Amino acid sequence: MTAESKAKVRYERPIIRKMNSGLMNKFGTRTEYAPTSHIDSVPVKRIIQEYGSPCFVISERTLRKTYQSALRAFKTRYPKVQFAWSYKTNYIDAVCNVFHQEGSWAEVVSGFEYEKAIRNGVPGNKIIFNGPDKSTDELKRAIENESLIHIDHFDELYDLIEITETSKKKAKVAIRVNMDVGVYPLWDRFGFNYESYQAWQAIVKIMNCDRMELVGLHCHIGTFMLTSNAYSVAASKLCDLAYNIKLKWNKSIQYLDLGGGFASTNTLRGSYLPGSDSSPGFDDYAEAITSTILNFGFKQEDLPLLILETGRAMVDDAGYLLGTVLANKRLSDGRRATIMDFGVNILFTAFWYEHKISPAQEFTHHTEEMVVYGPLCMNIDKIRESVSLPLLSRGDHVVVHKVGAYNMTQWMQFIAMRPNVVMIDAKGEVHKIRERETIDTLTGLELKPDHLKTFKL
Amino acid sequence: MKLLSNIAVSESGYLFNPTNGDSFSSNAVATDIISLLKQDKNPDEIKKAILEKYDVEKSTIERDLDEFLQELRDNYLMDGDVR
Repeated sequence: MTAESKAKVRYERPIIRKMNSGLMNKFGTRTEYAPTSHIDSVPVKRIIQEYGSPCFVISERTLRKTYQSALRAFKTRYPKVQFAWSYKTNYIDAVCNVFHQEGSWAEVVSGFEYEKAIRNGVPGNKIIFNGPDKSTDELKRAIENESLIHIDHFDELYDLIEITETSKKKAKVAIRVNMDVGVYPLWDRFGFNYESYQAWQAIVKIMNCDRMELVGLHCHIGTFMLTSNAYSVAASKLCDLAYNIKLKWNKSIQYLDLGGGFASTNTLRGSYLPGSDSSPGFDDYAEAITSTILNFGFKQEDLPLLILETGRAMVDDAGYLLGTVLANKRLSDGRRATIMDFGVNILFTAFWYEHKISPAQEFTHHTEEMVVYGPLCMNIDKIRESVSLPLLSRGDHVVVHKVGAYNMTQWMQFIAMRPNVVMIDAKGEVHKIRERETIDTLTGLELKPDHLKTFKL
Repeated sequence: MKLLSNIAVSESGYLFNPTNGDSFSSNAVATDIISLLKQDKNPDEIKKAILEKYDVEKSTIERDLDEFLQELRDNYLMDGDVR
């Protein structure tokens, strides 16, 4: 900027805004004026200069703070609590290890995630192996490592009976139980059903097999549960099973695993209220679960360990996506459209949430209603259908909030490479935790048959 | 191409069209452009004035002014063809 230009007035795109009356809802329209120029005291501009745009940012401070507040909510209410980090929510090693340092076990749903947990140094007996797809070799390895195998279906149960006939060690198993907890949709595709006695049949089969030890009972009633009462129903049904096992075989179940599904404070698409107002907090979930177990009637010495596999609510708030405006345009109906350099390929959760987007620099109070698109050459690539934002110009930076869960595992490599992921540590230092992909990342995996190696045009 | 003569414009950027009752708010740059239009300045003169006052590239004001004039037309605040 020249000395002359410094004396000039700051420019902003000219805009007129029609004034309407009688169209507001009772909460008014939400406008994101407040810029997010820093994340954990680190300037957004600096991160973009060093690591490029778009770029995912994880706040280690927020990860630890969220974990500790979740743990406090449960530990102040129940004597034996254990969290297990849900790898599928975000399995970047640095993120997993923050949770492991805090004391989390690992909860994995595939052989790939199991291997990742082992490589991170999680002891085998502190890995919970969930999911419907476990190969014979993976099951053998899990038995050998004394991992907690959560059986999903009868075919897996029969596999285990067969495998354990020749294995040196007993398999430590639990069953996943599905049940009606009074919410829609009912998740009955995973595990064994409670109401139809399928779960009890599975328990009987395991108890009659001396090569398997039934150590726990597991459920995962759904995702983004907006009512804590559903967990109370689920806990009560698991307690009922544990109680009946004690009655029939005089065996105490070591743990009840209530799974995950706690909602984060993101706003679901189509919600009337913002997520921060409608999502129950950790205290609500903890109260519903622990009071049910404590009041069920277990003897003090029989109280099971309570395991929780919370993923989304633990990591969502700690993730940010930094991006840049590529272009502005006006649509045929007069609406403003802003095109960002990130799309649904890397921000998968834009399909579910109305993500909060903030400008990363100061603007005036003038705003415009706009559609926010990604850069993909596809019609589905829409980040926000309608959002009121300041007058963003080409090259301006934005911050998308609460993107820590699922994006860095469900992102797609489509027409562009996946970007850098950085973590800001508790001292404000920025560390790269996942390298931006290059064309070699992809072409390195491709093979050309001899007859397709050359061509003439 | 001209701002309709009966459009009322306040110093703070409030616009009122008495023909259809529409009212608009505008930001500082828009208010300046509208006031220059009121003085019958042509696009080149407007661009020059904005470049002198604001910290902006020529190519940016070029693009933004074209779009803004179209927006005024879309909102029935101008007559004549801007294209």
